[in-house]
Amino acid sequence: MAKTLKELEEIRKQKLEEINLRKGRDGYRVVVGMATCGIAAGARPVMLKMMEEVEAMGIQGVTVEQTGCIGACRLEPIVEVYDPEGNKTTYIKMDEDKAAEVVEKHLRDNQVVEEYIVTMIDGKVIDPVEK
Amino acid sequence: MKELSLHIIDIAQNSIRADAKEVQLTIVENMLENRLIITIEDNGRGMNKETLEKVLDPFYTSRTTRKVGLGLSLFRQAALGCDGDFSVTSEENKFTVVKAEFKYDHIDRVPLGNMPDTIATMIMSFGDTRLIYRHTINAETFTFDTKEIKEVLGEEVPLVSTEVVQWIREYIQEGLEEIMEV
Repeated sequence: MAKTLKELEEIRKQKLEEINLRKGRDGYRVVVGMATCGIAAGARPVMLKMMEEVEAMGIQGVTVEQTGCIGACRLEPIVEVYDPEGNKTTYIKMDEDKAAEVVEKHLRDNQVVEEYIVTMIDGKVIDPVEK
Repeated sequence: MKELSLHIIDIAQNSIRADAKEVQLTIVENMLENRLIITIEDNGRGMNKETLEKVLDPFYTSRTTRKVGLGLSLFRQAALGCDGDFSVTSEENKFTVVKAEFKYDHIDRVPLGNMPDTIATMIMSFGDTRLIYRHTINAETFTFDTKEIKEVLGEEVPLVSTEVVQWIREYIQEGLEEIMEV
């Protein structure tokens, strides 16, 4: 096999250096809904795409996590982005292309991608596709 | 679900919620006998007889946030719709085994799907839980064990680092290609 544990050892060394550099500096925290509803709607490729893009763009300090059912199954795949101060942005009906765009604009350039976030009017969710 | 592997991600979450320290995922593709068998076994807190009887009911869930739990029901339906079999066995505080069998070439059997991405996704939610993944295609078996990976990475570097997850996806991809070629 071409993929060897030696290669993994190299990744470990690189990571250790990064961890030392980063100490005390937090980045964005990305949380992807990964329950039955999210999985069925396509959360797996969305999450992996975000991780790929974060790595490809070399964005430091981003952590990607999963959570269970967020409670709005019809809006899945849902991605929540927390900034270092704990402010949450909720992206809904995500796909791989939108995920890549969120990484580039939000996680790299700190610009919320308004067109994909959940909009509430009078306590009701407005469908981003129809708004 | 569009892929059987998506059921695996879903069902493995039950193991994590049951505080399993170890999850064993076994996939056997036996074209000779025309069977595909998926087994998910954990050493979590298990279930008593009462719960076990209710577990396939879509209107049963151990969660308190809502009243439906579709994971196992959907997986079961997929198996039974393909001349297959489905069972959940468990012993309290010991283990739970979910086993789904499919007729390999059944017209309604959806593809197994992307296993490298599936394992990567599972690992992302596993925390300290060990995952042992064995995939057999006819006579050849590929094995992947997070314990081995963690031994290389040591304490400081998390398994869920983006570079590590990427490496794992490629590693599994290559491993599966190798057993498919034989």
